[in-house]
Amino acid sequence: MLAYSLENFLLVSGVLFCLGIFTVLTRRNTVAIIMGIELILNAAGLNFVAFSRFVQTQNHISGHVFTLFIIVISAAEIVIALAIVLSLYSTKKTIHVEDFDELKW
Amino acid sequence: MDPTTFKDYLFLIPLLPFAGAAINGILGRRLGLRAVHLIALGSVLGSFVLSVAGFLALVSIKSPEARRVVSVLYQWILIAGQTGSFHINVAFLLDPLSSVMCLVVTGVGFFIHVYSVGYMHGDPGRARYFAYLNLFTFSMLVLVLADNLLLMFVGWEGVGLCSYLLIGFWFSELDNARAGMKAFIANRVGDFGFFVGLMLLFWTLYVSSGQAVGSLSYGELKGAAPLLLDAEPILGLSVPTIICLALFMGATGKSAQIPLYVWLPDAMAGPTPVSALIHAATMVTAGVFMIVRLNFLYLLSPVALSVVATVGALTALYAASIAITQNDIKKVLAYSTISQLGYMFLGVGVSAFAAGIFHLVTHAFFKALLFLGAGSLIHAAHTNDIRKMGGLRAHMPATFFTFMVAFLAIAGIPPFAGFFSKDEILFSTFNAHLAAPGLGKLLWLVGLMGAGLTAFYMTRLVIVTFFGEFRGGESAEEKLHESPRTMTGPLVILAVLSAVGGFIGLPAVTHLPNLIGGFLEPVVALKGGAASHGSHSAALELGLMAVSVAAAAAGIYLGWYLYHKRPELPGALRERFKNLHAVVYNKYYVDEAYDRLFVRPVIAISRGTGRFDLGVIDWVVNALARATERISAGIGWEDLKVVDGLVNAIADAVKYWGYHTRRLTTGKVNHYLYSVVLGLFVLYLLVLIT
Repeated sequence: MLAYSLENFLLVSGVLFCLGIFTVLTRRNTVAIIMGIELILNAAGLNFVAFSRFVQTQNHISGHVFTLFIIVISAAEIVIALAIVLSLYSTKKTIHVEDFDELKW
Repeated sequence: MDPTTFKDYLFLIPLLPFAGAAINGILGRRLGLRAVHLIALGSVLGSFVLSVAGFLALVSIKSPEARRVVSVLYQWILIAGQTGSFHINVAFLLDPLSSVMCLVVTGVGFFIHVYSVGYMHGDPGRARYFAYLNLFTFSMLVLVLADNLLLMFVGWEGVGLCSYLLIGFWFSELDNARAGMKAFIANRVGDFGFFVGLMLLFWTLYVSSGQAVGSLSYGELKGAAPLLLDAEPILGLSVPTIICLALFMGATGKSAQIPLYVWLPDAMAGPTPVSALIHAATMVTAGVFMIVRLNFLYLLSPVALSVVATVGALTALYAASIAITQNDIKKVLAYSTISQLGYMFLGVGVSAFAAGIFHLVTHAFFKALLFLGAGSLIHAAHTNDIRKMGGLRAHMPATFFTFMVAFLAIAGIPPFAGFFSKDEILFSTFNAHLAAPGLGKLLWLVGLMGAGLTAFYMTRLVIVTFFGEFRGGESAEEKLHESPRTMTGPLVILAVLSAVGGFIGLPAVTHLPNLIGGFLEPVVALKGGAASHGSHSAALELGLMAVSVAAAAAGIYLGWYLYHKRPELPGALRERFKNLHAVVYNKYYVDEAYDRLFVRPVIAISRGTGRFDLGVIDWVVNALARATERISAGIGWEDLKVVDGLVNAIADAVKYWGYHTRRLTTGKVNHYLYSVVLGLFVLYLLVLIT
């Protein structure tokens, strides 16, 4: 059994973060990249909750509140991101990320 | 109208023609012809009606001394001092003198405006012409109505400007433009004197006395003038004498007297109605008006008055002698005008101010009539040369009869207008006590000879133009015609005035009231007057009258004998006295003398200074310019190579680096993501190391 300790939580969050980064860097599909970003965000949220639970001596809940905000904002962000993806698709008929290179020099 | 009510309308007399000038001057080209005529004639007629109203308002005041209406428009100049202030107002003064002048200017002016409608028929510049004419009327009214000397000077310059503009009205011909310039320059010479007199008056009365209190209004000047007698004489001449002579210099310019008369004959280049209005009836009389207006000043200086009288008498005789030989009808009338103006100055010079104004009025009638008649002849015969006229009596009856009335008036045949006024002047001259004893009698003789010559040259003019055979060729004869009604109408009215105008100033011997003399008396009141009525025997007055009528009759008879009875005689006489004729015909070579004495030296000096300007001043300026150019070239090279080089080097370096670094921006999102992660990794390593 794994112990109910800060290290384990950080381990899980680290794994999540690495998976997120991996997804973001390797996928060509824009939606998949957004999903990877979600993983990174969740890793950060997990860190907040863990630190709030184990490190703080007094009974504070600011870490939890932060996490709630992150979830809400990431939901909103996903909406916008998907909307951007949709409009990109409607103009370029693709959602592969290498095809979007208009921002270059 | 009630005088106090009229006061509020006084400013309209000059303002109406000004408004007419402004409208016709600005909008004249767009307005129709009818509108232009309506505005030009209407504004002058309005002024005339107001002048009549003003005259009636003045007469309605019972006490002659109280007959003055002053209307202050606004304060023009104010110099505040410790004890008081010196101020000049823009104010108009209606008193008997300015009222008479207003009636003449607007009345004769209106008829000449009407005449102009016919005379200028078909001229493309009519709107401009009427704008100038109205502007002239405005300036002249400012001149006569001004309440102070400075405002009068404004009008004085204004009429000079309008005269210049109208002489050169047909400016596309060089001679006309030159005549305008000549008039302007001769007037400038006179105006210089006028201004010197004005400033000297101002200086002596208000500045050198140490208290700048008062004004230049006639009323205050009259009160302050005796102070001038206390002033320190300059160069042996008393200050009033100098002031009066300087002002008279202005009058000789404006009123064409010796020595500045030369511009008036040339001024005939303008349209004939202009000659009638400006160069016969109104503007040229401004000098006479000025002296009468400042009579209190001139009475302080017997010397100045004697000079005025002498110059007037000499001019009267001198100009009359030139008029005999001229062949241009307008030139004859121009010299006649100079001569008649000489009589006016003779009159005011012998302190007969009312007589001078009286002659001014009658002269305005008959000389305007003569000019308008001449214009009518020119209109029909298309030439100014009387040698190409002749026999016009049959073709132009209206012009002929009116011209004859004017002829009798100027020749001095009773009871026409000129007789009374000229005779009053001669009578006053005979009895005058001038600076030198016996001068009065001498001037009377000169004036009498001038009167005889006047009758002679006018007879010549009338006979050569109206009698005998037409000499202008058959084709011109067929085109002869009487002038339109707009032209003959004013002729008839002026003829009536020339015939009966003299009755406003009957001589004392008739024991009837001298209307104009009595009316003007409050303005020109004389203390122990030199020529007051009643102080001499009636026999003397009648005797002098008979002598002058005899002189006129002799002149007419001689003219009739030479040019009608024995027409071959003038040519023979001309041959006999060839040299004398040449001298007189060429106007005593005065123009040539002035040319040698003044014009050419001025031109030579101008050439010299011009050469100095070109050779020395321009050379220095050019040398400076070249030096500056050299220095600038050096600085420019340094700027290009050093400063610009540095700037460009920096710019090139930035460009070079920018060119290479921009390739980092690939536009691919995953590349950016790689660099984000790479950066994160580097940060992590940094944290680990420290």
